[in-house]
Amino acid sequence: MVKPSEQSSHDSERTLALRLRVWRQLRGGDGHFEEYSLAAVPVSASFLEMMDMLNEQLIREGKDTIAFDHDCREGICGMCSMTINGMPHGPIPGVTTCQLHMRNFRDGETITVEPWRARAFPVLKDLAVNRSAFDKVIQAGGFITVRTGSATEANNTLIPKPIADEAMDAAECIGCGACVASCKNGSAMLFVGAKINHLNILPQGQPERERRTLAMVKTMDDAGFGNCTNYGECQAHCPKGITLDVIAKLNRDYLRARVKEFFSSTGKARKGGE
Amino acid sequence: MKLDSKIPAGPLADKWNNHKAKMRLVNPANRRKYHIIVVGSGLAGSAAAASFAEMGYEVSCFCYQDSPRRAHSIAAQGGINAAKNYQNDGDSVRRLFLDTIKGGDYRAREANVYRLAQVSTSIIDQCVAQGVPFAREYGGLLANRSFGGAQVSRTFYARGQTGQQLLLGAYSALSRQIGAGTVKMYTRHEMLDLVLVEGQAKGIVTRDLVTGEIKAWASDVVVLCTGGYGNVFYLSTNAQGCNVTATFRAHRRGAGFANPCYSQIHPTCIPVHGEDQSKLTLMSESLRNDGRVWVPKNSADCTKPASEIPEEARDYFLERKYPSYGNLAPRDIASRAAKEVCDEGRGVGQVVDGKRLGVYLDFSAAIKRLGESAIRERYGNLFDMYENITGENAYRQPMRIFPAVHYTMGGLWVDYNLQSNIPGLFVGGEANFSDHGANRLGASALMQGLADGYFVLPYTVTDYLAGVGLSGRPSVDRPEFKAVVKEVEERTHWFLNNKGTRSARSYHKELGKIVWEKCGMTRDKAGLEGAIRDLQALRDDFWKNIKVVGAGNQLAPELERAGRVADFLDFGIMMCLDALTREESCGGHFRTEYQDAGEAKRNDEAFAHAAVWKFMGEGKLPERHTEPLTYEEVQFTTRSYK
Amino acid sequence: MSDSSCCKNCQPASIGKKIIMALSGLVLAGFVFGHMIGNLTVFKGAAAINEYAEWLHANPGLLWVARSVLIVSVIAHIWSGVLLTIENRIARAGGPAVEVTRRASLSSRTMPYSGVIILAFIIFHLLHFTFRKIALGGQEFGPDVYKMIIAGFSQPAVAIFYIASMILLCLHLSHGISSVFQTLGLRNERWRGRLDVLAIIYGWVIALGFISIPLAVLLGQLK
Ligand SMILES: Cc1cc2nc3c(=O)[nH]c(=O)nc-3n(C[C@H](O)[C@H](O)[C@H](O)COP(=O)(O)OP(=O)(O)OC[C@H]3O[C@@H](n4cnc5c(N)ncnc54)[C@H](O)[C@@H]3O)c2cc1C
Ligand code: HEM
Ligand code: HEM
Ligand code: SF4
Ligand code: F3S
Ligand code: FES
Repeated sequence: MVKPSEQSSHDSERTLALRLRVWRQLRGGDGHFEEYSLAAVPVSASFLEMMDMLNEQLIREGKDTIAFDHDCREGICGMCSMTINGMPHGPIPGVTTCQLHMRNFRDGETITVEPWRARAFPVLKDLAVNRSAFDKVIQAGGFITVRTGSATEANNTLIPKPIADEAMDAAECIGCGACVASCKNGSAMLFVGAKINHLNILPQGQPERERRTLAMVKTMDDAGFGNCTNYGECQAHCPKGITLDVIAKLNRDYLRARVKEFFSSTGKARKGGE
Repeated sequence: MKLDSKIPAGPLADKWNNHKAKMRLVNPANRRKYHIIVVGSGLAGSAAAASFAEMGYEVSCFCYQDSPRRAHSIAAQGGINAAKNYQNDGDSVRRLFLDTIKGGDYRAREANVYRLAQVSTSIIDQCVAQGVPFAREYGGLLANRSFGGAQVSRTFYARGQTGQQLLLGAYSALSRQIGAGTVKMYTRHEMLDLVLVEGQAKGIVTRDLVTGEIKAWASDVVVLCTGGYGNVFYLSTNAQGCNVTATFRAHRRGAGFANPCYSQIHPTCIPVHGEDQSKLTLMSESLRNDGRVWVPKNSADCTKPASEIPEEARDYFLERKYPSYGNLAPRDIASRAAKEVCDEGRGVGQVVDGKRLGVYLDFSAAIKRLGESAIRERYGNLFDMYENITGENAYRQPMRIFPAVHYTMGGLWVDYNLQSNIPGLFVGGEANFSDHGANRLGASALMQGLADGYFVLPYTVTDYLAGVGLSGRPSVDRPEFKAVVKEVEERTHWFLNNKGTRSARSYHKELGKIVWEKCGMTRDKAGLEGAIRDLQALRDDFWKNIKVVGAGNQLAPELERAGRVADFLDFGIMMCLDALTREESCGGHFRTEYQDAGEAKRNDEAFAHAAVWKFMGEGKLPERHTEPLTYEEVQFTTRSYK
Repeated sequence: MSDSSCCKNCQPASIGKKIIMALSGLVLAGFVFGHMIGNLTVFKGAAAINEYAEWLHANPGLLWVARSVLIVSVIAHIWSGVLLTIENRIARAGGPAVEVTRRASLSSRTMPYSGVIILAFIIFHLLHFTFRKIALGGQEFGPDVYKMIIAGFSQPAVAIFYIASMILLCLHLSHGISSVFQTLGLRNERWRGRLDVLAIIYGWVIALGFISIPLAVLLGQLK
């Protein structure tokens, strides 16, 4: 995935000249692409550092800078979100936009940069979108109800290593939204599946299992995400290697919850801790 | 400035429990009538906001990111300490307390540190109950590791993403309350000022980063959990948005700022690669368990590939200088040693403005000993990250590392209740001057953030609210609020309309260079005095020539940056002043004048105190006050890692 | 979805629709298999297939049970398929200007199209062989299904249309069958690859099985 070491020893000297087609849009307005050219981009720079250079150039020209989301710049906060040449987070699998480096691009290349495109992620400005739909899904059930101080001694719940590891695999999701952006149905199943898997396989997560699953899926639908038709693009673009397994398990848990609900005397899923 | 630490009487071990028993309560029926503002949604903020809401208070929580889940706590890798003694290796609350005091080089407040060690165990219980997937043993019990050179294994971890998992735990608790309507969450809102009514903190003023709306919020109490100020150095391991604005604005309103010169430098970061670099990436300290740190003996070799430098021409300087700790020497010591060899011209890697700033972290010995697969097993993800950023394969050639600013021990001064000297202003997490003294032990900041948020603030804020009574909350129509809103609006308007020439980033870079050079790993009188002059000049130039593009009613990243840099400039001056006036070396603060043979030389007679700075007005130097640190149970000893 | 929220409330959730899709799809997939096997008796000669046809019609009770299951499945399948497709178009909001596909197979991306064409085929096919209204030159065959098939496929256009439709059916199934397991939560990373292969094999078996008949007629193997 990365260039051989020999090359990189010259990284400090190598630079690129680039043309950039960047999506510009004001809140409430319609967007369009604008073309920029940028010279002398060091290959050791990250993609966002390249965008910084472009913005500094725009400031010198007295033009408004390109707004984009970013914070940690080390691939963990999930804030950065650019579709680069049609690929959410760019050409290198398993890497976030902020961890993408310019040595992966060619001199003279034209790079198209767009925001996440999905109905549930409206554009705020330029490349920045509103992902609060993700938060709403978590607020609907992406938690285990435990009041501060009400917890029992940690080692009272034994959790076999394989279970803990499986939960951790799913919990690595950074909530970036690349799955939605890459899905041709604008579906959030990978994100929701990841959280469901994290919580539904842990012993602590059992009491609220059905309630959580039904509530999160309902909120996901209401937020305007699409339906999964098993394209698998989401897994192919997820920077954290979340797999389609989480979607299969989400489907299974949903079916299970529906069946239980159907046969429960109240016709309601168990309410859990609340 | 009145600095009463309010440390409860009685034996150290009983202080917190006795104090809890004495604190006042608020009748459940009345709680929803109190409004608490929490600024920050990191470990401290999320934990506090969720806990307040569970208790029944009305809570508003603010953060500048698009989601509370993105607070920079998410980036913590290594782990979190707790005195559980699960490994039966003789750990205890008292040992964690002593290690923390010693680690902080006797510049932390004894009573706070003891409380921290006490509540540490409840944190793990809380997080496990929330579903935080900590590492486990095959038997299903929680796993631990030893961290940052500690003699006991008391560190809990979730792969290399402990901070992420802890924050997602706190975020889920917060989300549950938001869903239940008991917390109103305001994302993409930046706090730009604090509002005082009759000397008490009664609200804040924010800018909605999306719409540009500037708005006042009234409350009965304000809790700041806004993180550290490491970005004053421009290049740091902090997130781009990390800022001092929230705490510095409070400081300008009268809150004392304690020990700004205490910052922690982390030895294992990926070196600077060029002028356009925007941040430094940390790599877990655990790498030092198997990597050997070295540079060429003579600078002539520095341009050669590592493979061409024979064993006898290599200087394993940590093993040479600190035989007993070797490559695991504490962060501040390892960092300084690396700086020294690079200053001697023996650094390796790319030349960035005239210097090679990097040392080798070599795994070849470990790979020979354990085999590549074993190393891949342990550090695979770190090696991948390194290759992804540098394009180098660390299995074939040694990594290059260099220290970077990573944590800031200084912060707003708070008493034992985490209340600042402004009544009604509480401060938690990295934002307060915390429990870490002059240097923080690895895996202790996550512990402190959650301790403050879950187990301290809920009690102490309740006690305060019980005191102010129900009539406390003012209306936002009061002149105090209008006045502050006007100030903020004028400042914003000025930025957007100033006909300047220089970008905020260019000022930030220059500021960073100055403080990194003069107030970084090593400091001295002349350098600091020069830095203060340079910063004052830079500050004046900023207020003439700053150029801010963008519109006030849209996302305006340049406007945000300008505001943050403005505060960093004033803050930088205060930081250098603090370093200048602390005429001793302690922990992360190393004054070259005060050392014996490279070891920090404390001056406990003159400086066993927290230096607390009082704002004296626009453009004026702040005034130094002190809170003496009296130790009831521990004796001063000199750290020695030789 | 704000604008269509009214119908959102009176229709199953996203995953609900998927499950209907999967179950109905499974029924249909099962049917085509049985139907193919039955049809292949044509190679055993006129008697064999005519017996089979007779046997099919021998007890109308069973036949109608089977038919109603089929009809319900087709309706459910189409209904949910159409809803899914429409909602997904809206949710995608146009998509990026540069569209890149890393992994989604051709068959997965053409499900609605292959599906609709299959529908068209089924209608034609029913009029053709079940109601015997078209493409038989108005001849009457009575119980002689064998003759009807020969007559039907002796017209190259008809035969080719059948063959083309079978290939689309293959396409549809080679994503569909594996997809069923995912939708019902019966697939994981270890098995996904194998199930994908299984689906493709299944698709081709069905298609080739069916195709063999019009092809044989075209090539004059069956007279
Ligand atoms: C790379 C890295 C690795 C680390 N590893 C470890 C480790 O292994 N172990 C350990 O113990 N510690 C570690 N630390 C330190 C630890 O992560 C932090 O000290 C701790 O997480 C701080 O938490 P906090 O809640 O105080 O602040 P943060 O998590 O930084 O949260 C700050 C919050 O305040 C908000 N905010 C800030 N300013 C404003 C404003 N003006 N207006 C509105 N909102 C604002 C932000 O939006 C954010 O929500 C590490 C730190 C870094 C940078
Ligand atoms: C009649 C018109 C048809 C239409 C419009 C149609 C459309 C669709 C669509 C849109 C899907 C969803 C793709 C996915 O979710 O992966 C689908 C799935 C499927 N279809 Fe069809 N189809 C039709 C007919 C058929 C027929 C005749 C068969 C069987 C012979 C069939 C078998 C399947 C199967 C097995 C699936 C997989 C279900 C799943 O996704 O879990 N379909 N179809
Ligand atoms: C070459 C391929 C095919 C041949 C030769 C064929 C032949 C026939 C014949 C002879 C009948 C009439 C049986 C009777 O009424 O006695 C029939 C009915 C039917 N066929 Fe086919 N068929 C073919 C492919 C298909 C395919 C691919 C499908 C579905 C996708 C299909 C669906 C049906 C249906 C639904 C009926 C009606 C069954 C009933 O009477 O209820 N056929 N077919
Ligand atoms: S599942 Fe992957 S792509 Fe989707 S939000 Fe999580 S990390 Fe991002
Ligand atoms: S790409 Fe979309 S269709 Fe499903 S498998 Fe992933 S969500
Ligand atoms: S900026 Fe945090 S993940 Fe990219």
